[in-house]
Amino acid sequence: MIDHLETLAARVAPDDARWTLRAVDETSETLSVRQDVAESPQRSRDAGVMVSVAAGGGLGHAATADLSEAGLADAFARARAMAAAVAGRMVFDPADLPAAAERGRYDGTVQRPVNGAPLRERLELLREVCATAATDERIVDRHASLLAVQASQLLLTSEGGRTEQHWHVTMPHVQATAHVDGVTQTRSSAGQYNGFCQQGGLEVLERARFGGEGARVAAEALELAMAPPCPGGEMDVLLMPDQMMLQIHESIGHPLELDRILGDERNFAGTSFVTLDMFGHYAYGSELLNVSYDPTRSDELASFHFDDEGQPARRTLLIENGILKRPLGGAVSLSRARRLRPDLEGVATSRAAGWNRAPIDRMSNLNIEPGRSTLDEMIASIELGVMMRTNVSWSIDDSRNKFQFGCEWGRMIRKGRLAEVVRDPGYRGISATFWRSLAMVGDASTFEVMGTPNCGKGEPSQVIRVGHASPACKFSRVAVVGGHA
Amino acid sequence: MSVVTREYFEALADAVCAEARAGERSSVLLKAEASDFIRFNRAAVRQATQVQQAHATVALTQGLRRAEGRVALSGQREADLALLRTELASLRALLPELSDDPWLLLPEAPVRSERHDRGALPTAAQVVGTVTEAARGLDFVGFHASGPMVRAFADSLGTRHWHHVESFHTDWCLYHAADKAVKTSYAGAKWSDGSFAARVAQSAQQLTLLARTPKVLQPGAYRAWLAPAAMAELLGTLGWGGFGLKARRTGTSSLMRLAHRDAVLSPQFHLFEHTAMGSAPGFTAEGFARPAKVSLVERGLATGTLNSPRSAREYGAEANGASPWEMPESLSLLPGTIRDAEAMKALGTGLWVSNLWYLNYSDRQACRMTGMTRFACLWVEDGEPVAPLGVMRFDDSFLRMFGEGLVGLGDRAEFIPENGTYEERHLGSLSTPGALVDGWRLTL
Repeated sequence: MIDHLETLAARVAPDDARWTLRAVDETSETLSVRQDVAESPQRSRDAGVMVSVAAGGGLGHAATADLSEAGLADAFARARAMAAAVAGRMVFDPADLPAAAERGRYDGTVQRPVNGAPLRERLELLREVCATAATDERIVDRHASLLAVQASQLLLTSEGGRTEQHWHVTMPHVQATAHVDGVTQTRSSAGQYNGFCQQGGLEVLERARFGGEGARVAAEALELAMAPPCPGGEMDVLLMPDQMMLQIHESIGHPLELDRILGDERNFAGTSFVTLDMFGHYAYGSELLNVSYDPTRSDELASFHFDDEGQPARRTLLIENGILKRPLGGAVSLSRARRLRPDLEGVATSRAAGWNRAPIDRMSNLNIEPGRSTLDEMIASIELGVMMRTNVSWSIDDSRNKFQFGCEWGRMIRKGRLAEVVRDPGYRGISATFWRSLAMVGDASTFEVMGTPNCGKGEPSQVIRVGHASPACKFSRVAVVGGHA
Repeated sequence: MSVVTREYFEALADAVCAEARAGERSSVLLKAEASDFIRFNRAAVRQATQVQQAHATVALTQGLRRAEGRVALSGQREADLALLRTELASLRALLPELSDDPWLLLPEAPVRSERHDRGALPTAAQVVGTVTEAARGLDFVGFHASGPMVRAFADSLGTRHWHHVESFHTDWCLYHAADKAVKTSYAGAKWSDGSFAARVAQSAQQLTLLARTPKVLQPGAYRAWLAPAAMAELLGTLGWGGFGLKARRTGTSSLMRLAHRDAVLSPQFHLFEHTAMGSAPGFTAEGFARPAKVSLVERGLATGTLNSPRSAREYGAEANGASPWEMPESLSLLPGTIRDAEAMKALGTGLWVSNLWYLNYSDRQACRMTGMTRFACLWVEDGEPVAPLGVMRFDDSFLRMFGEGLVGLGDRAEFIPENGTYEERHLGSLSTPGALVDGWRLTL
């Protein structure tokens, strides 16, 4: 498809205007087994292009899956018509946008492509993992699934830019539900909405220890169904990486999106408590907080060499020793923001959900850097607290400030020792102050690479894949809410 | 060829159905649209996109084995027919790899349905001109989506469903400052520049109240009027696992206590999945015709559930038009007796909650939800609006709020079309009145 499109673009793209052509070709397969019964396999092949034309003070986009010469010519004509419709009435002048002339290629790491194994073997693996969750008649539901995605993207620009990128993504999942004496609890491998998703092929299953996860989640579901509710009150919390990923996502990632700060999302996803004047000096968290935009980790979900506007991506600290440095803003937002803060620096993270959506500011890989504390040291430091794993509930205000998050699994910590397991643990806080209560950051031994395939935002709406890697972290004096708060 | 025409779909349907061999069933589900998307910020255009997309999901079934493939279509008829035939051949090659699926359930008899709503839609240039003119001088941020949409289904058994609508949905906020805004929408099939401009002017009048000093609330229990937009968020969250047959049978439904009669809602509470009154297609992705109405709660007591074909087969129940996720698409809460015009007077002193935001379950088993107030929520005293509210978090049981806490429901149900655009423009809707509740719990 790629050679074909380059040839056609040379023929039909306008020679009197700036333009881009972004082609996406994505195939996926979803396999699912519930109660050891395989459901119908679902395949998908989604290929198309988004073209943009900047002309006469307007910028228009048009999408099509018609990849013929006539189809592309029609798409460029529609984009030009849209540019004419909005000319002179945009929040920015397209002429101010930087050139996208980068050329390069990214090939995501994959050792054993998922489709290299026969379908029958993949289904059998899922059936085995699902069956290992059938440990007890009190396990009332069990489910295992595997989503495998192969995606390719080509971006061509009128400035001679050409970036070609290829990804393999694998998302295993297993969960079990237990019912004991009127209490129902569900435990999942890394979140009921998929927290363990990485770049790679079948090797991702090994990194996820997928083969043993059925028995583990079943045992923990039973344990939770027999556990007392988490008590409420002010105490320390020790958040493990599969909850930290959500904490990072909602109360650092979204507030730092530059388009939110500029107001673009106020009608839908919301605004941000962060303002442009904060960058460079605002104490977002304690001195232990170091947050990186890191598109370079080969295993993490949103690694790439270029964003969807063709800008080169490099690892950058957004928060350093607690001080806010940079927003998550791509070329379009940055050119607007610099009218107000000429010294502002962004990162290359404009991304689109697919060929039928135009890019906007998104998270990519947003990580917390490891600290120096071992898990044992963190536990030993807690007089009264709760260790929490695996997000199950999330809610935050439209400025990304007041939040309440719930977890699948909790375990009390009393006098420096792990104590009883508790069900339905949760906590509340305010982003602007919560990160200042970061008291200890786990070392590399506690660090895990997580991610989510379901980050939603934008009008029209877009759901994209985002990576989050984090160590375990301890927060002091947090408002904990239990199952019966 | 346009991807939203009947002629195009019939060509796809004929080709897919002709591919079925003896002992096989083939089907095709088409989702297509030609949409203008224009987003605005500060009364100017942020992004403008025209999208033509069509995706076909073809399925091939042999006995109890079935596989599905989804492909993007170009609108080039012969190329698309070849693509679908190739996909069907690939699926046929997969079937021997599969085991029998004992919970597979497909329609047993052919059904036909048709809905074709024509509209009078604006051009992108017209919308841009009208919006920027009407919003001049205002901090207007909003989104316009417009164009034809198709959902269509055919199978080799003879089923044919055709659902074509031409519609627009425009919603926007007028901001006073920070997070204080008035949210309004204008949706339908026939666009009018004048109607849009009048709505903008009307919402601008409400900004005056937002300029007052916000009232800061302490956590606690409050009497509150939940406007229809706020009710839609609560009911939408309830639909997330509340009504599904599988969730009930596995004990994960948020309404288990209601189902077991351990709790009851107010006798004023009557809730239905009312497809006949909604805007979702009257058929499922497997080709089942949806019943006009499914009772979910009547007189405060749990009645029916939403049964997907798969759950129906597994649990020995009747399928009733639910998707695999068993979530409602045309939820309808019946109105009550509080006159809308007198809702503020009925509230007396308390909270006027225009919108809620980012709801989730804080304790699914107890049907306890948490979420935030948003936009133009007001403090009301003696039936008069006094001040805007700072955003507050609530955490309360739906069963309590609409059980012992329900004072009454508004006498007019508002029809709220689904405005979601993830992957494609969505077609569901929800109908609800406002509600007056006592003791609504704010926590932060």
